[in-house]
Amino acid sequence: MHHKNFCTSAPLQTKNPSELLLGDQAVARGAWEAGVRVVTGYPGTPSTEIAEAAAKFPEINSQWAPNEKVAMEVAYGAALAGARAMVCMKHVGMNVAADPMFTASYTGVSAGFVIAVADDPAMHSSQNEQDSRYYARAAHLPMLEPSDSQECKDFTKIAFQMSEELDSPVVIRITTRIAHARSIVEVTPREEIAVKPYEKNMAKYVMIPAMARGRHVEVEKRETALKNAVNESPLNAMELRDTAVGVITSGVSYQYVRNALPDASILKLGIVYPLPMSLIADFAMKMDRLIVIEELEGLIENDLKAAGIACEGKTLTGVQGELNVERIKHAVLGTPLPDLQTSDLPVRPPALCPGCPHRGIFHVLKKLKMNVMGDIGCYTLASLPPLSAMDACLCMGASIGMASGAERAQGKDFSKKTVAVIGDSTFIHSGITGLIDAVYGSEAITVLILDNRITGMTGHQHHPATGFDIHGNPAPMIDLEALCRGCGTEHVRVVDPLDLDETQKAIQEETARDAVSVIIARRPCALIDKTKQPPCYVDGCKNCGSCLKVGCQAIERKGDHIEINAALCTGCGMCSQVCPFHAIHRGGDSQ
Amino acid sequence: MKCLNIVIVGVGGQGTLLTSKILAQLAKAQGYNVKVSEVHGMAQRGGSVITHVRIGAQVHAPLVAAGSADYLLAFEPLEAARAVSYLQPDGKLIVSTQRIPPMPVLSGTATYPEEPYQALLCASQAVEALDAYAIAVEAGSYRAVNLVLLGVLSRHMEFPEEAWIDAIAACVPTHTLETNRKAFMAGRKK
Repeated sequence: MHHKNFCTSAPLQTKNPSELLLGDQAVARGAWEAGVRVVTGYPGTPSTEIAEAAAKFPEINSQWAPNEKVAMEVAYGAALAGARAMVCMKHVGMNVAADPMFTASYTGVSAGFVIAVADDPAMHSSQNEQDSRYYARAAHLPMLEPSDSQECKDFTKIAFQMSEELDSPVVIRITTRIAHARSIVEVTPREEIAVKPYEKNMAKYVMIPAMARGRHVEVEKRETALKNAVNESPLNAMELRDTAVGVITSGVSYQYVRNALPDASILKLGIVYPLPMSLIADFAMKMDRLIVIEELEGLIENDLKAAGIACEGKTLTGVQGELNVERIKHAVLGTPLPDLQTSDLPVRPPALCPGCPHRGIFHVLKKLKMNVMGDIGCYTLASLPPLSAMDACLCMGASIGMASGAERAQGKDFSKKTVAVIGDSTFIHSGITGLIDAVYGSEAITVLILDNRITGMTGHQHHPATGFDIHGNPAPMIDLEALCRGCGTEHVRVVDPLDLDETQKAIQEETARDAVSVIIARRPCALIDKTKQPPCYVDGCKNCGSCLKVGCQAIERKGDHIEINAALCTGCGMCSQVCPFHAIHRGGDSQ
Repeated sequence: MKCLNIVIVGVGGQGTLLTSKILAQLAKAQGYNVKVSEVHGMAQRGGSVITHVRIGAQVHAPLVAAGSADYLLAFEPLEAARAVSYLQPDGKLIVSTQRIPPMPVLSGTATYPEEPYQALLCASQAVEALDAYAIAVEAGSYRAVNLVLLGVLSRHMEFPEEAWIDAIAACVPTHTLETNRKAFMAGRKK
């Protein structure tokens, strides 16, 4: 079977040079072409590559912020001071950044200000499936939703224009299948836009009640005007085909609909807030059956119904997970869903990497039967078997507050068998205030900062405590020990998490205290640590299986004995400390 | 609007992303439209990974629909089994036979199936199974399993050999080009 004719029409022709870009990279490219000068954000799948791609352009001042709120404020400040600016985050990051965002909607901006947000339907790498389109409505901000990488670039450029024309921040909303889909993008040169002079305007920018009341009126005027203008926007486009079924859709769902229902007429919304209600009414009149196909919540559908436009939507597609061609065919045409035939297969969940320093911590916590308030990062994988050593995981930074709350509920003794575990980047993001609260509340909690010197799960981004900037250049390094002491913690100690005896001793001593203590478990991520040791080996195995309980992919039972996969083993030696028969030896030891 | 649909599956860290990048680069250089849907973040870290590649005059959905893949490129037999439902009735599975036991198997709570994907295939679906790991090691690096499998796939596609080599050169670091080229050719000539 040779595939010679999968493409029958003429090859693709583009006027301009083109590049293969992820949706994330295309957003960054669009910002660059639009003359953006400042880009910031906090890493979060699937948005991380926006700021990473922006950092590759020398004309852009790029930096990782400690969290999304600071990033929002920095980008806002840059726009306020006359430079086009963009802030990037994942959907849950928008919760963190919401406070400045809602009021930035009142003040408007001087130079173009774009907020890029990436939702994660199906939770490929997230703790919830919240729909950021709600934020655009709640904050009265225009929101654009591209449906491929080309539109990511084009819409981002348009967003900067709109932002200046409307005197409003503009949100670009993408989802995982846009952010992490690579396709061809025509690229054009950068338009240099001069920084505007800084102008004081208290009535516009000082949001005390008297002035904010005036600005709220402006927000309403702006939105009313925009609600009319969106009906004429080329970003909202009607594709008239068969009128038996008409579909209103946006983003990646548009692409699925094109394949699932090739004959259906489509109203493709490039602007998902505010909705072009007269255009929608016009489209609806032409169709026998009107269906709204949108991932996550039924926002568009609800607006149609509120306007008295009959349509179907969530009763067909549901609110769970992401859509695809099969689900849409099933929902609209009743085509049976495919049988995946995978239920009998052993699962392959992600796991802590061989040599991961987090493994030592969770092995000890499990051994000591601790209550573990967890947080967001690679270490959340320790909640999976065989370690199964985490009780709760809520959001960035929550572990510390949860531990304090648990103590207030259960009493001081509860903290003698409880720890909060939080990564270095997550601690910087939003753990610091939790620690201050614990000190201020005279709690007795113990906080373990798992300091692997990087933001791990999102693919190794620097943060203020690594000593390097977004480009990998040296930068001032926040001293975690000094920071914790500065927050009022008297008891701060540093351990090597792969030294199990030392780690166990530290956890036992610190949890025994009647005061807040911090243990910084410091060892670089196994994926960035260049000092590889020779692999461990087994000699004298009694096949007891103790080493299998640490959940290392390099350790495997082969019939009546254990083998260590030398290709995967990093020689960290953690398993050699766990073996009760001293049958696992470090590679450096004499054989 | 027929597209060529390729699904690439493996274990996080095996290099599935590079494979799809090379395919996309090749398709673009040959004047086709292409979409690749990747998996980043939490979904990696030794877990199952899947990448969708669609090539054609016009590509809409970034995901290959179940039952519509022309090729399933599997870096691992168990992952092949998990993704067999993507293959169309006359699709072809190209699979490396090297088994990578997942955590439940390593820790003894599950058993690695004797023949993970065999019973799931229908008679009209072709299979080419090879030890891409051994071939990659022979070519100079165990990391080049992806290029070996890409070499096998290349035999089924119309693109000239130089175009493949150019696409590989555009996507891999210069110092690994020779090993990757060797691994690719070993798969292509096998």
